[in-house]
Amino acid sequence: MALPLKSTLFLLFLILVSNIFAPIISFGSSIDQEREEFYEELLLRPLPDRKVLAHFHFQSTAPPSNSNGRHHHLFPKAISQLVQKFQIKEMELSFTQGRWNYEKWGGFDPISSNNAKPPGVELWAVFDVPQDQVDASWRNLTHTLSGLFCASINFLESSTMYSAPQWSFRPATGNIRYGMLPREAVCTENLTPWLKLLPCRDKAGISALMDRPSIYRSFYHSQRLHLISNKSGPEGMNPGIVLEQVLTVVLQPNSQRTGMTFSGEKNVQPSWSLSSIFGRKVSGKCVLAKSSNVYLQLERALVAKLKKNKNKGADNIASEGFWSETGFELSVRPDRVFEEENNSHRKDSSVLFEFSVDKYSDSQPFDLGLTWKFPVIWSCKPAPLHASRFLMGSGNERGAIAILLKSADLHDASLGTCSSSDGYKFRVDVFQVVPWYVKVYYHTLQLYVNGQPKAVGDVIEKIHVSPSKDKISPGVMEMVLQFPCDVKSAVLTLEFDKGFLHIDEYPPDANQGFDIPSAAISFPNFYTSLFFPGNGSVDKSPVLMKFQEKNPVLSYTEVLLVPLTTPDFSMPYNVITITCTVFALYFGSLLNVLRRRVNEEERLLKSKAGKTTRLSRLLSKLSAKLRRKPQETPETPSNSSSFISSKLLLKIFLVAVLAVAWQYYFE
Amino acid sequence: MAQTETGKETAREIPKMKPRPIVLLGIFLISHCFLVSVVCCTAGVLALLLLPVLAKNTYISENALMPGSASSMLSNHDISEANRLAKDLSGLNLGLEDTGIESRRILARYLSDLGAEVSYHKFLSQQNHLHPLHFFSSPDGLMRENFSCSSYGVNTVGIIRAPRGDGKEAIVFVTPYNFGKSDLSETLSLSIAYSVFSLLTQVTWLAKDIIWLIADSQYGEYDSVAAWLRDYHTPSFTGLVSSNVDACVVGNNLEISNDNSVVQGKISDGFRRAGTMAAALVLKVTDGNEQWDDTLGIYAEASNGQMPNLDLINIVNYLAVHRQGLRVKVQKFWSLLDLKWLEFLGKTFELLGKLARSLNPDWKFGIPASDYIEGTATLASSLYFQALGIPTGPHGAFRDFQVDAITLEISPKVSSSSKAKLNEFVLRGGRLIEGVIRSVNNLLEKFHQSFFLYLLTSPSKFVSVGVYMIAFALLVAPLPLVAASLYADANKLDFGMKFDKSTPVATASSERDITFRSWKWLSAAKEVFVIHMWGVVVLLLPYLISQIPDLSPTASFVSWVLLSMLSLLILYLILGSPFSHSHASLKGDWAMLKSATISAVFIGLLLMSVVNFATAEIGALLMVPLCLMAQPLKLDIRAASLRSFFRVSCTLILGFIAFPPVAFFTSKAVFEGPDSINLGDFWNWMESLRAWNSATYVYIGMVHLPCWMLCIHILFHSC
Repeated sequence: MALPLKSTLFLLFLILVSNIFAPIISFGSSIDQEREEFYEELLLRPLPDRKVLAHFHFQSTAPPSNSNGRHHHLFPKAISQLVQKFQIKEMELSFTQGRWNYEKWGGFDPISSNNAKPPGVELWAVFDVPQDQVDASWRNLTHTLSGLFCASINFLESSTMYSAPQWSFRPATGNIRYGMLPREAVCTENLTPWLKLLPCRDKAGISALMDRPSIYRSFYHSQRLHLISNKSGPEGMNPGIVLEQVLTVVLQPNSQRTGMTFSGEKNVQPSWSLSSIFGRKVSGKCVLAKSSNVYLQLERALVAKLKKNKNKGADNIASEGFWSETGFELSVRPDRVFEEENNSHRKDSSVLFEFSVDKYSDSQPFDLGLTWKFPVIWSCKPAPLHASRFLMGSGNERGAIAILLKSADLHDASLGTCSSSDGYKFRVDVFQVVPWYVKVYYHTLQLYVNGQPKAVGDVIEKIHVSPSKDKISPGVMEMVLQFPCDVKSAVLTLEFDKGFLHIDEYPPDANQGFDIPSAAISFPNFYTSLFFPGNGSVDKSPVLMKFQEKNPVLSYTEVLLVPLTTPDFSMPYNVITITCTVFALYFGSLLNVLRRRVNEEERLLKSKAGKTTRLSRLLSKLSAKLRRKPQETPETPSNSSSFISSKLLLKIFLVAVLAVAWQYYFE
Repeated sequence: MAQTETGKETAREIPKMKPRPIVLLGIFLISHCFLVSVVCCTAGVLALLLLPVLAKNTYISENALMPGSASSMLSNHDISEANRLAKDLSGLNLGLEDTGIESRRILARYLSDLGAEVSYHKFLSQQNHLHPLHFFSSPDGLMRENFSCSSYGVNTVGIIRAPRGDGKEAIVFVTPYNFGKSDLSETLSLSIAYSVFSLLTQVTWLAKDIIWLIADSQYGEYDSVAAWLRDYHTPSFTGLVSSNVDACVVGNNLEISNDNSVVQGKISDGFRRAGTMAAALVLKVTDGNEQWDDTLGIYAEASNGQMPNLDLINIVNYLAVHRQGLRVKVQKFWSLLDLKWLEFLGKTFELLGKLARSLNPDWKFGIPASDYIEGTATLASSLYFQALGIPTGPHGAFRDFQVDAITLEISPKVSSSSKAKLNEFVLRGGRLIEGVIRSVNNLLEKFHQSFFLYLLTSPSKFVSVGVYMIAFALLVAPLPLVAASLYADANKLDFGMKFDKSTPVATASSERDITFRSWKWLSAAKEVFVIHMWGVVVLLLPYLISQIPDLSPTASFVSWVLLSMLSLLILYLILGSPFSHSHASLKGDWAMLKSATISAVFIGLLLMSVVNFATAEIGALLMVPLCLMAQPLKLDIRAASLRSFFRVSCTLILGFIAFPPVAFFTSKAVFEGPDSINLGDFWNWMESLRAWNSATYVYIGMVHLPCWMLCIHILFHSC
């Protein structure tokens, strides 16, 4: 009896408080038009391979303001200063560990398309400065970010590390710079500064879930920071900034390894709850947040499977009973249920459960749990073509890069908009940056479509190549490929030579090999957008807004490791000495032989003899007298040589014997 | 007067010109080349025999490997899983043709249940596809038009993606498995590998992807692994080959049946890759041995005597000996163990070692005689298998792509047939593999720290290149000296003769004669060249002979010999016999020829030592004494002294032994007993060398045989 009483009191208090403050808030907003806002959201999604995707989304917005160096209420000052200083129009920085599994975790939805990033660090930025200052801005930006996030982003400063994609990476952007550090190790020291940008850090609200060990135990971990500044106001105003901070984690719920029986039991998805996957619970919202929601998304394929299980076609999916019958149970009653509005022919649609964290507190923490009752097997929708990239050839001399695009689903008829009848073709954009020490010969580009070699001109619609310059800039290749609609597989190969580096250009652990950063493959004909018509569509949550955006499907390929020839770092001095000695001996004797003329020496001696001074003659006479023999009698060279060298050998031998004796007796 | 004075002065001054010390040394060595060559050759042979004494203990050079520093995680649970797989597989062995498909299906199901990516790799086995002219070309340019569906194999590949790894590198382990008819030991190897694989799907420490290749070994273990590697590194995108294979496969219905909805969609026919390979292990289980406990055999020799990095062998050896208590062995020639003279030599070295230690306790180079004999037997086999240039297992295929790989052959004790013992054995094997994989997984860089050029004298002892080079260098060193001295002598001799013969009338022509004489080496060089051409012809003959169908090895061998002789005859007729101008032969003629021969041997051996050191070493052992001793028999017979008789007999024996077939049969008789000799064996041996692209084949044809021929020619020179 006590508990309900308490809660009702609490509610009453809340109502009171809100009643008191509401006018103030409305009053404030009327003054400022827009206030700085902060949203925190978490999206959870079960994945087909018994894992769970957790997608944290924090959004801070700062409206345009006129005062310079103004104090922010919520918005991180560091970021706003960054934007002001470097005139950043748009920027994205991501730290990623692990690989996004495009086959199992999907490649067609907004999350995989926006948040699946290549391993390591990826940074791109669009600047709002004149063309000639872009590089300088970029360099300063890398250093600032490097300090801000405790990462070696400053290595992107060097012109060999970044590139300026023209059109393939992001359409219609001018002053963009793009850089990747595939080998950057991502760790909690990168997360802490990232969390510092949040108004509540990880002390309250949804971010309190971020238990470091469980996050870093994840299979995929990508922490991303994306900001857009819109200079909508008049001149002199500071730009309004939208800062998105996203952490995408793929976790494996702890479940005891079931006995591997091949009955259905094994295929039951593991049940999980927030406390079991993160080890923490959400105790209330971050008070500064405007909204604080947790979403649970079920994918189209899963929903379809569940509906099939239920065997009743159209039921009201919003009702709770429906789901418990179909196969799973939620420990918390959802506040709202959205169903995706699907204007296309597809009848299955994704379902989203919304849980508001507002009403939970320390005493009654929010702990969403999901319990599966029946085995469900489904698969995520993959990207239209599955892209993979690999190296061909062996040896330290040359090799080839191959990008293999394979049509992923055979049963899915269609590639949507693509139909060969109206001559419409299937477009793929490829953007690839290759470091200069991998010398790609772009003329060796070969294309195979469905196992048939194709002329480059038949398939490539548009291509932009800027070849690498040694030690100055990387090679960049941007391509628009047009495939016929029935494309099953397409292969692109490029041959390269492996370059030699100067000894001090080798990074530490050079014997590991060198990385070729991921290529970005995008499919402009296909858009990722999920539209959830809400009941109160006025205050849309940022995640759902993000879902609605029409972005082309984007996927990244693997990072490649190219073994290059490496010098023997352990003994460069020895190697240098030996090589120099050998060269000196060889060239010395060669030159000696080449420039010697027959009888030259005799002539030289003759002329010398003519010119001998009296002193030298005297000396020679003296020596002859001392030796008590006439001045040297001619001897055949061979005799004298053998005589001399045998004597020499004897001497050497004696010295050696002495040395051995010395050694022996003095030890 | 003044004129004569200056003339005198110059006469006095000119000899004053001192030759440089290096020239002096050269002249000294050349003038004493007999002594030098005797000393060097003896020292070379001695140094070779000393190698087991000089061998160092292996040590783990790369610190990052840290073998055995983590406790093994393989548990009995994994073993029981593996046993279930083994039971399922062996339960299948009733059907005839179908078992392959069914067992593949079971394997794929087990693998995908573990969460691994499974794919099938279909290939056509290519046997005897080598053309002599494609010797050094890459195999991918081969024609593949005449294939038959009967010889396609299907490898099953399972890949574990490292959970937090970036997927740039991969570790491969291979278990050859004959899907057609598998025996207990193969199933055992599969269950060891499976237990490790199932463990690795759960561990958190993986940094590199793991590839498990279950190689379809019905057409040979090597072929299937090589085919997979070829497709991994140099795939063909034209789809010609794969469609051919697919056409074969369709009939056999490899696809997973649709009702098995779990597996469906997870297994792809597409080729799956995982980064650059860091290392590879081939795991085999052989039938039990009676003598010892569980033993582990390490096979490391790849094509042309290439070895994997010593660190790989070290970690396997370390883990097997110190963690799993397996008995590690490498190949050795058992017959060498009871050679009397070797025992004597071992005892001598032991005695010398003791003596040295009594003089100075710091000098520790003596090893027990039994160790010496063991070391020699191992060293001899190590040298032989490197010289052969044929990989000793499927690991050889990896080395062609610069991946360090070894084959581990585990054999349980024969009595251990009980269930518990078998489990114990699987656990040991699995823990060994796990340890090795964990070590390699720790590796940040690729293997580069330790040696690549070495000979093993026991699993834990090795001779590095710096030491074993000495023996070869000593053997080869006298060759240029002797060649130079012979050349100088021959020139001098000719001039001497000229001056004896020359009459005042002939002085005008003598000038021209001298210039002619100084180019005399050209005719000798021509002879050497012609004989080497013959060597090339002999080298190419087996290709033609092998085109003749249904020829027994003996017949092939005989026809090869006959054809070789015929070709020699034809060469005589066409190019003019190098032996024919005996009428015009001068005294120095044979010396000039010998000089050229020795130069050719020297160059050939040096080149070979770069390609395959062990071949060069054995070749030098056979050829160098013969080349140095070869001298026309006539001269010795004329001399008719004891010394010349001794020389003649030595030369004849050496000449007999250095003939490649004789050398082969002799060594076979020594190692395997005299009753195992069969004429066809040599043909088979050469054929296998040819089929495996061994450089030794080229060496025998282009260096050894011609030089032997030239030596024989010098022996029977009519001077």
